[in-house]
Amino acid sequence: MTEPTIYELSSAGRTGVRFPEPDVPLTHLPQSLMREELPLPELSEVDVIRHFTHLSSLNYCIDSGLYPLGSCTMKYNPKINEDIARLEGFAYTHPLQPESTIQGNLALMYDLQETLKEIAGFSAVTLQPAAGAQGEFTGVMIIRDYHRSRADIKRTKILIPDSAHGTNPATSAMSGFEVVPLPSDARGNVDLAKLREVCDDTVAGLMLTNPNTLGLFDENVIEVINIVHQAGGLVYGDGANLNALLGIVRPGDLGIDIMHFNLHKTFSTPHGGGGPGSGPVGVAAHLADFLPTPLIGIVEKATADLPPLYGFIKPPKTIGRVKSFFGQFGMFVRAYTYIRMHGPEGLRKVSEYAVLNANYLLAKMGDVYHLPYKRTCMHEFVVEGCWPDIPDIHALDIAKRLMDYKFHPPTNYFPLIVHEALMIEPTETESKQSLDAFAEAMLAIAKEARETPELLKEAPHDTPIGRLDEVKAAKELVLCCWLPDDK
Amino acid sequence: MFSPHTPSETEEMLKNIGVKSIEDLFKDVPQKYRFPKLNLPEGLTEMEALAEMHEYAGSNETVKGLLSFLGAGAYHHYIPAGVDSLLRRSEFYTAYTPYQPEVAQGTLQAIFEFQTLIANLTGMEVSNASHYDGATATAEAGVMAYHNFRGKRPGILLSSAVNPQYREVLCSYLCGYENINIQTLGEDFTIPGNPDDLAAHVDSETALVVVQYPDFFGRIFDLTAMAQKVHEKGALLAVVTNPIALGLLKTPGEMGADIVVGEGQPLGIPLSYGGPYLGFFATKKEFARKISGRLVGETSDAQGRRGYVLTLTAREQHIRREKSTSNICTNQGLMALAATIYLSLVGKSGLKQVANLCFQKAHYAADVLGQVPGFSVLSDAPFFHEFILKCPRPVEAINALLLERDIIGGYDLGKDCEALANHMLICVTEMTSKDDIDYLASVLEEVTHD
Repeated sequence: MTEPTIYELSSAGRTGVRFPEPDVPLTHLPQSLMREELPLPELSEVDVIRHFTHLSSLNYCIDSGLYPLGSCTMKYNPKINEDIARLEGFAYTHPLQPESTIQGNLALMYDLQETLKEIAGFSAVTLQPAAGAQGEFTGVMIIRDYHRSRADIKRTKILIPDSAHGTNPATSAMSGFEVVPLPSDARGNVDLAKLREVCDDTVAGLMLTNPNTLGLFDENVIEVINIVHQAGGLVYGDGANLNALLGIVRPGDLGIDIMHFNLHKTFSTPHGGGGPGSGPVGVAAHLADFLPTPLIGIVEKATADLPPLYGFIKPPKTIGRVKSFFGQFGMFVRAYTYIRMHGPEGLRKVSEYAVLNANYLLAKMGDVYHLPYKRTCMHEFVVEGCWPDIPDIHALDIAKRLMDYKFHPPTNYFPLIVHEALMIEPTETESKQSLDAFAEAMLAIAKEARETPELLKEAPHDTPIGRLDEVKAAKELVLCCWLPDDK
Repeated sequence: MFSPHTPSETEEMLKNIGVKSIEDLFKDVPQKYRFPKLNLPEGLTEMEALAEMHEYAGSNETVKGLLSFLGAGAYHHYIPAGVDSLLRRSEFYTAYTPYQPEVAQGTLQAIFEFQTLIANLTGMEVSNASHYDGATATAEAGVMAYHNFRGKRPGILLSSAVNPQYREVLCSYLCGYENINIQTLGEDFTIPGNPDDLAAHVDSETALVVVQYPDFFGRIFDLTAMAQKVHEKGALLAVVTNPIALGLLKTPGEMGADIVVGEGQPLGIPLSYGGPYLGFFATKKEFARKISGRLVGETSDAQGRRGYVLTLTAREQHIRREKSTSNICTNQGLMALAATIYLSLVGKSGLKQVANLCFQKAHYAADVLGQVPGFSVLSDAPFFHEFILKCPRPVEAINALLLERDIIGGYDLGKDCEALANHMLICVTEMTSKDDIDYLASVLEEVTHD
């Protein structure tokens, strides 16, 4: 079923939402400054509502079922968070209002900063970065400015394990660093010998994802961090996989100097079909002065009669501003509500069940799908989506066939160090029954791969549309709807 | 709480895994640091959490409760009911980035429509799927221009009439680039002049000139002549714009812009204390392969049915890693959807109406406020929905008095530029009535009378 575009649905002269006539005397804008055409569609309200309702029905979403995208932490998004973010006291506040009129927002942001510090073991937190990648960028700029502030200018390299997310090398390059890839050892940990070999006084830092993208907690994490510190480098923690660690271990306690949080993963702010995310950054005490400006602080302490007065604080050696205003405030409201509802025990349960679910699923599938690193996993695991005896079947075929079983496919072809990778993260909000159903589907597909491989090759069969021609999309590069005139 | 596990199911699962307890799954974590006690308050029920969050929200004043004349990058506009009604469909807001197009056509087609609307609104050929906000979209224009000349033109010229926060973010983004030379022109003037003055500073080292239209002070300048001069020197022109203003104004594309960026918040996105907002980024087709961020393209399946996919992904970090055009991954998908729904709902006639209401009311406000003794309106050009009001006293003092009368005054321009102390940026949108404006004038007269 193909849904027409809004331009195809447009009908000249139709109007949707109208506005009142001006209640003031009119002024004329010079004709020379005005546009001639305004090529926007013309639709009634009901046209618009039906169009987007139809479109919505073409999506798979968490509310329809398990969404096992590895490293994306697609957990259930509590409904109450949506109501709370829309409270008038939050939604109708302007970011430049006088501080005295906005104490509720500032208090909430302050409390979220404090809470994230406690959860991950850091001395200071900025909420400003818009998403994980921008949090990384903030962190890497802090690394750069920290070394510069000590006149230590030879540090031009950032070490990045080969299992890392693509954002890590991209961020380092963007910040002017040379990227040095680090291999993994046979158990999926950072290769210590290689790390020792490359660590010298030109290393600015290491970007470490722990648990890594194989879903494995680095068994030598303390030593890895020590080696980098001894060489004078800093250790950046990619917080993408923090869902495994709430109440389990605090990255700051391990010696991580900087880490970003993904509120849209760990703290369940909805992913929105590709954002908004939110990527606060926590740092150890020696880096607090470098955080982006402004931070939220208490500018006048509470007294017997009055609550504290919250305001803005500029860190003395700040790297500057990475985004307008203060960050993705609506996401702070949702994440903070989520954290408040869980409390310390609830947060620990989140990670415990996330890890339990992943290991259970692995136990159910592990005999049929090859697991390259045979260890207890954390919140996710990576198997190979291929078998030596049927070389025609690829991870992509398995992924597409899963859609016919009404599941969203796992992350595929990542991490790059696993051949035909299928990276599976069920999250804690899935029940045993839902995991059983997914495992059964995976086992059934493995059987089909041998018996009726065409079912996989031609999959999906049951979706609104079949496999799409990506080469054609890139070659013809049609990035806009055809307008009536173009036809 | 949101985990459905019963004790017996947990037991059974542990048995399947082959361990005795959940704790046994965490043996790789150094024992010394394992299971820290988090010093956080106990968890709340939904009912209690709602009450607590009401307390935070209730400690704020809002632009609904008070009369606000604040703009300066975030704008209070009417949001038609249909926008949020559709945004709350969980098929949209609980979906991931559309990596699997067969089960994400809803998101993909909506982004494709967003790209079309933004391209049409700005008068450009292509648009990406969004950036974080107007500031980061502006910074990405700098990044693209720098790479376009492979670093051989390291200069970026910024007009001081570009939103100060955008300039700051652009500097943060680009300061690590080799030989980069970012200059803001006109900062020494009280109020920057016509953007034509910038053209004289463009040379063979300049990669990009960045101006705002309408500028940070609300003024509208025709950029055609300047664009021509910038191009004669081989540089690119980026225009930061307001999408509502483009309901009325000549497009940056028509005037010769190479890149058009801006803040999409006015298009159906609540103020929400500064975020989440929406950065948009449009350019010419020749730069399509150099754009950062996601792009959706049209294609078809084996049966010839039309469909949409993320395209040109070879530019992106998950494929190219350190050689990618940007590190951007998650962007502002749901906010782009909000803007798409908003533009579809108000359509051609509605956007013109909103833009005209803003323009008309702002001019009425300027007339009335300029007549208040001691105040004057400074503007040497037509303006859209913001203008500079010169005040007889420090803005902070005036705003404190206004607040006592339930008015949030304009933005204090002296915060960014000392020379602009005692100057306030007033914003008026379709949400402001003639009575509101008259009330502001009468209160200003009263509070500054003595």
